[in-house]
Amino acid sequence: MSPVLVQAGNLTLREIRALVRQPFYIAVTLVQPMIWMLLFGQLFRRVVEIPGFATDSYITFMTPGIIVMTALFGSAWSGMGLITDMDRGVMNRFLVSPTRRAAILTGKLAHLAASLVIQALIVIAVGFALGAEYAGGVAGVLVTIAVAVLLAVGFGSFSNAVALLVRKPESLIGIAQFLVLPMSFLSSTLMARELAPGWIQTAARFNPVDWAVSASRSAMSASPDWNAVLLHTGFLVAFAAALVLLSVQAFRAYHRSV
Amino acid sequence: MSDLRPDRLAIQARDVKKTYLKGRVQALNGISFEVAAGSIFALLGPNGAGKSTTVKVLTTQTRPDSGSATVAGADVVRQPDKVRRAIGYVSQKPQFDPEATGYENLYLQGRLYGMPRHELAVRVRQLLERFDLAHAASRAARSYSGGMQRKLDVALGLVHRPQVLFLDEPTTGLDPHARADMWQEISRLAREDGLTVLLTTHYLNEADQLADQVAIVDRGVVVVQGTPDELKQELRGDAIHIELAQSDADERLKLTLDKVEGLHEVSVDRASVRARVDHGARAVPSVLAAFETAGLPVASVTISRPSLDDVYLRYAGRPFEEASSTNGGLHTSDTHAVKEVAR
Repeated sequence: MSPVLVQAGNLTLREIRALVRQPFYIAVTLVQPMIWMLLFGQLFRRVVEIPGFATDSYITFMTPGIIVMTALFGSAWSGMGLITDMDRGVMNRFLVSPTRRAAILTGKLAHLAASLVIQALIVIAVGFALGAEYAGGVAGVLVTIAVAVLLAVGFGSFSNAVALLVRKPESLIGIAQFLVLPMSFLSSTLMARELAPGWIQTAARFNPVDWAVSASRSAMSASPDWNAVLLHTGFLVAFAAALVLLSVQAFRAYHRSV
Repeated sequence: MSDLRPDRLAIQARDVKKTYLKGRVQALNGISFEVAAGSIFALLGPNGAGKSTTVKVLTTQTRPDSGSATVAGADVVRQPDKVRRAIGYVSQKPQFDPEATGYENLYLQGRLYGMPRHELAVRVRQLLERFDLAHAASRAARSYSGGMQRKLDVALGLVHRPQVLFLDEPTTGLDPHARADMWQEISRLAREDGLTVLLTTHYLNEADQLADQVAIVDRGVVVVQGTPDELKQELRGDAIHIELAQSDADERLKLTLDKVEGLHEVSVDRASVRARVDHGARAVPSVLAAFETAGLPVASVTISRPSLDDVYLRYAGRPFEEASSTNGGLHTSDTHAVKEVAR
């Protein structure tokens, strides 16, 4: 195996191990999506009765949205791990060794993706228990997980880039907070696009969160529009790739400045 | 440890300059020195003298503005990867991962250097034994005592069997017992493992005890270099230190001291007089007599063999203690350390 892959693999393992040792963290990450399901499911239960809402089961409508929100919220904090490593001198030790910067970033993203896959499967199971229908079957579930991971890689990289530039937990938290809620609501995550005001519909067209939700919802439906799914997934690939590149540049700048 | 024979240089720094904050802070002002393979080399100086910056340049953490440096035969600017594979680095601040166990910390480090799993497992066990951490191998490093954490940090720098080991203030903040332990370990690394060790320290006695060669660094340059004995021999005779009971006697003092035979390199700082004298013990009666004649009550007289402190005073032109306090950026623990050393 190539040295970079060995490094990335072992760094991913380190992250997963650290998470597994925090039972409280695990409990929260697993319970949070379920709470959202129950909460939003109850709160918005009757919106499907509004004329123009395309589906008659809000749980079915909401499940892809909750998975995408989980991806967004989870990845926005990714950079905290880098800041902790900087503060503890661990980052410096890695940078004095032959460890590649790409391996360090891959480690951070890979464990994010791994925990997201588990969270997504739990949401799908809980949704099923609450009566959601997955007409799209296995293909729909796979597309959902894929777009959620792409979104997480994009936002996780953004968070990592910010962390490498600002280097302070408070600043990173501020920027993450500032982004996640507007990104969620300027999309069809919780509300049918047709029912949103025109300007939100326009904003949503450029929102990666909406690309992910749209691709997932279509793939999960009885008659997926595969062209649209492919287009949105393509957008997400480009989005994730651009932000990975940004984080690599930010890492280079950080390395030069220490 | 292939290409580093004892007659070869493990480190060579030539006229290295480095400024920070867009040139406003001159950290290195053309530092040059050479380190023979297999030796222990100490960069000695107060905080802010440029020791850590020198190590940062040599360990590829920062690029010099000008000058050149090679470590284990590789250029630090042009071949950073080669340098990184050849060196171990133990920084002043902790570098271990507190959430991982001692074993996991060391194992991950080895994997990052691409060591094969099986060989690495053996190596990690060996290091845990050697640093007396085996009993705590499967505990999170967060729970280790300060001395154990320091040992883990040093072990992390050794996992991949480097040729050159950099220790940036390895014993700062350790209690005397842990410090003695660490000294023993550092000596062993060079004597038994054939490692080249470069350490920075602001403990004069640490450099004296451990190093084959000492370079005294002040204001970003090496002011003098040699073995601790060579440096001390360059100072003629013994050091004599006289504390006066009062301090307002500059004129009379000067006249008094001129009368004493065999006294040279006299420096006066308020009530404290330092000088060199050929035969310390024999000079004491005449020194005391001279002070008495001048009517200056003496509080104490100390005779000592020359120390690196005296060498520092001679080459940096100011006592070590004073240099430490004027260089700024002192932490409480460092101030304490400097005082402890100066006495």
